[in-house]
Amino acid sequence: MTQLPILTAKDFASDQDIRWCPGCGDYAILNQVKKVLAKIGARRENTVFVAGIGCSSRFPYYMSSYGLHSIHGRAPAFATGVKIANPDLDVWVITGDGDGLSIGGNHLMHILRRNVNVNILLFNNRIYGLTKGQYSPTSETGKKSPSTPMGSIDLPLTPLSIALAAEASFVARCIDVDKNLGEVLERAAAHRGSSFVEIYQDCNVFNHFAFKHASDKDTKEDNIIRLKNGKPLIYGKDRDKGIRLSGDYKLEKVVIGKDCQEDDLIFHDESDEKLAFMLSRMSYPEFPEPMGVYYDVKDDCYEDLLTQQVADAIEQRGEGSIEKLLNSGDTFEVK
Amino acid sequence: MGTGTKQEAGVKPTSEIKSAVVRFAGDSGDGMQLAGAQFTSTSAVIGNDIATLPDYPAEIRAPVGTVAGVSGFQINFSSESIYTPGDKVNALIAMNPAAFKAHIDDVDVGGIVLVNESEFGKMNLKKAGYPEGYNPLDDEEMNQRFQLFKVPISRLNTEALAESGLGNKDVNRCKNMYALGMVYWLYDRPLDTTINQIDSYFGKKKKMPEVAAANIAALKSGFYFGETAELFPVQYHVAKAAIKPGKYRKITGNEAVAMGLVTAAKLAGKDVCYCSYPITPASNVLHALAGMRNFGVKTFQAEDEIAAVCAAIGASYTGQLGVTGTSGPGLALKSEAIGLAVMTEMPLVVVNVQRGGPATGLPTKTEQSDLLQAMYGRNGECPVVIIAAQSPGDCFDSAIEASRIAMQHRVPVILMTDGYLGNGSEPWPIPDHTKFEKIKVEHATDPETYQPYARDENLVRPWALPGTPGLEHRIGGLEKQHITGNVNYEPDNHQLMVEVRQKKIDRLAKLIPEIEPYGDPEGELLVLGWGGTYGSIYTAVGNARKEGKKVSGLHLRHINPMPTNLGEVLKRFKRVLIPELNLGQLRMLIRGKYLADARGLNKVQGRPFLVEEIEQAIDLMLQGKYGDREYLRPHNGLVRVEDQDYDFTSIDGRSQS
Ligand SMILES: Cc1ncc(C[n+]2csc(CCOP(=O)(O)OP(=O)(O)O)c2C)c(N)n1
Ligand code: SF4
Ligand SMILES: [Mg+2]
Repeated sequence: MTQLPILTAKDFASDQDIRWCPGCGDYAILNQVKKVLAKIGARRENTVFVAGIGCSSRFPYYMSSYGLHSIHGRAPAFATGVKIANPDLDVWVITGDGDGLSIGGNHLMHILRRNVNVNILLFNNRIYGLTKGQYSPTSETGKKSPSTPMGSIDLPLTPLSIALAAEASFVARCIDVDKNLGEVLERAAAHRGSSFVEIYQDCNVFNHFAFKHASDKDTKEDNIIRLKNGKPLIYGKDRDKGIRLSGDYKLEKVVIGKDCQEDDLIFHDESDEKLAFMLSRMSYPEFPEPMGVYYDVKDDCYEDLLTQQVADAIEQRGEGSIEKLLNSGDTFEVK
Repeated sequence: MGTGTKQEAGVKPTSEIKSAVVRFAGDSGDGMQLAGAQFTSTSAVIGNDIATLPDYPAEIRAPVGTVAGVSGFQINFSSESIYTPGDKVNALIAMNPAAFKAHIDDVDVGGIVLVNESEFGKMNLKKAGYPEGYNPLDDEEMNQRFQLFKVPISRLNTEALAESGLGNKDVNRCKNMYALGMVYWLYDRPLDTTINQIDSYFGKKKKMPEVAAANIAALKSGFYFGETAELFPVQYHVAKAAIKPGKYRKITGNEAVAMGLVTAAKLAGKDVCYCSYPITPASNVLHALAGMRNFGVKTFQAEDEIAAVCAAIGASYTGQLGVTGTSGPGLALKSEAIGLAVMTEMPLVVVNVQRGGPATGLPTKTEQSDLLQAMYGRNGECPVVIIAAQSPGDCFDSAIEASRIAMQHRVPVILMTDGYLGNGSEPWPIPDHTKFEKIKVEHATDPETYQPYARDENLVRPWALPGTPGLEHRIGGLEKQHITGNVNYEPDNHQLMVEVRQKKIDRLAKLIPEIEPYGDPEGELLVLGWGGTYGSIYTAVGNARKEGKKVSGLHLRHINPMPTNLGEVLKRFKRVLIPELNLGQLRMLIRGKYLADARGLNKVQGRPFLVEEIEQAIDLMLQGKYGDREYLRPHNGLVRVEDQDYDFTSIDGRSQS
């Protein structure tokens, strides 16, 4: 067999002009994805990007792989069909906070519980970018936008809590401009089953600095926790702060050495669903926000089980014969 | 229809009849669908031609004993060719007062009415909504009008099964078999088909031999009761029909669709990916295909109809036969995604088993009111191919045709059936599978020449499958540049692309057969139909022709595009009548496209046409009685010009003069 050429990040770029606003966080994500694909040895012909509608969902056009820019909110459903019909393809789902949690919330929930083997990247900019800045399901209450001039009155939802509640087997969060994005994407790609990654993405036109607390070089280390499996939840520029479980099962911020020792902190365990959920409820400014892999467990994939059922049926009943099928049921001879 | 009675000493007389229409009716829990299905199988096996009409309530557990909870099953069986489940009922089996009330008006004068007298107590009469102190069984008029046979079926069944060892509830469940046994005797049918099926279902599959034994005992007791009791004066006999020799099976439209899809996929060397969300009356297609995993069939019960169609498109995208099935409300939800399939020119089959609408409408009843939704129910200029099946067995061929066109022409095809076709059954000559034509489907492989939106002579773009090196490309819902498939918003390109998508469908017309009317090629009146009304229209036209009327019939399988010669055929007739189970949707298309002065017979009562309704409309058309009316509607089986005006303010909507 001939050696397949080694692809670089550049090889994953399509020839189309990129139409995102200059300075949009989507660029950083695009670059990271291309790098990761090169690094993990992905094949262009075997990779499919499926997206919904939104700025973020234009993503497939900028990749040199196969791409399906579908309809608003339904990318998980298309991706499920792709995987059911051809489980060998590497499928990435690109969605936004509006696409994935508003119009497509239902499909997101169901692809996660079925654990279809795809990687879902939810670009959360806490705004509807493409339609010019209306508030989204992740916008903070009180958000002023063209559709909410007096401030929004609904409570935002937390993508990671939703994913965990929907029985996701891999849940992670990262920031468009942070170094951990690449690592997390690699982990997501390696996970068999639905990998759900929320990416804090800056929409510098309609919601600039929505995640300043987590992206600003000078302050972010005080506002995020970098999750490491088996390691204590420590954060802060000086790594002097941590998270502890209080006597009444609540999370509390503590100062190491003053309030407690490192050993008293919570140790991250990627297989602990309850911990993952608790972490997903931590939000700025009350808490630093955890970044990295929250949850990662092995579970059966939908398309594998389905393929197995087909194989079992063939083994038990023999490969279907059209002749037998036509002659099944209530048959009778007319002489 | 009697053709002679022969009498022998000691034996009850047998009356030879050509055909009969029997309707089993009872509470939803009374097992009437099962009794009807058994009667159908037996009649098919002994060689009658058959057509059936199951009619069940929308609520699984409507209040017991009420009219809302009545479930019915009608079968027409004959020694001649038949195409409909029959107009008037010759024998009604009514298991309770509600069933009696719901169906008695459909029974022919002088018809047999066999009632389960045990259930005609005060309580049940009240539940059925009869006035206090009234029992229809004692009503002189009823007794004069019908041959009323009062049999305490529940009690006799319980007595017959006293030794069965089953509890009261289970014993009572067998009363449908008791009733069936009596009807078997009445129509001189053998018990073995039903006995075998009871045995293999309860005995072998469910491992409940005692239940099997009880059902068989009930069936036999009912039969012997018919034989020994001095109840029925004659036994009827319907001879075998002169159907073409060969092997047949009983088939429902939904079964036929499932089998057709699997066959089409095999003929194309592909697997079926059937993605659906349960909805009456389409769910049986999903159930049938779910049982065919050994054919490589993958069924996916999605979270909703939108996800279902999207997954089907995803499956097609990878090169399999992506199919989604639904009914009207689901079709509405799928519109946007069907638009994407039009834009991306992806093979897709959408099976729409129509039911009464709008909204939830009449979930379990039949209608043809989704035609314009299928044609136009999407944003933008969004043409799709539409094919309509015309009988339960024809659903098989139609499903193959729909799949073939979808795969070869990379277009969404909406296959229209309806509740009547889907659940109705008929004997179906089993086709010779070796004679099926292979469905040739090619996939792009050459990176040098590949252009996502290049076209062949039929304007079909290449189907390039993910996994193929060098053909990586991006598609989606944004307008495509001609040939390259890149996103493009230029004015001229959009005009070109909108028209090429339309032309692609129009050109298909050249590849489908021209049609010719049945009857004479020209004449006074053409009765044009589509879909599930075929049987009624065909029969009515045939009857009219027997009376010397200059009537012909034409039934459309291809609705979009229409056969190229349709306009010319229409011109050969002085008048055109289009009977439809809607308010005139095909009529609107025909008028718009061919400027033909077509008139309608339009019924939206949840039921198929009666043959006699169409016969009356034919007469009115021939006599020029339609006047300026665009359509007429039947009322209680009568089509009368003077009976067309509703008084929408009166309680029954009919003017009280
Ligand atoms: C059925 C439908 N409804 C509405 C729209 C308009 N629309 C396009 S994108 C979008 C919101 C996108 O927001 P998000 O998913 O957050 O993506 P972003 O642009 O922020 O990346 C809306 C409402 C549409 N394309 N289709
Ligand atoms: S509107 Fe916002 S999200 Fe969209 S491209 Fe511009 S910056 Fe990015
Ligand atoms: Mg957004």
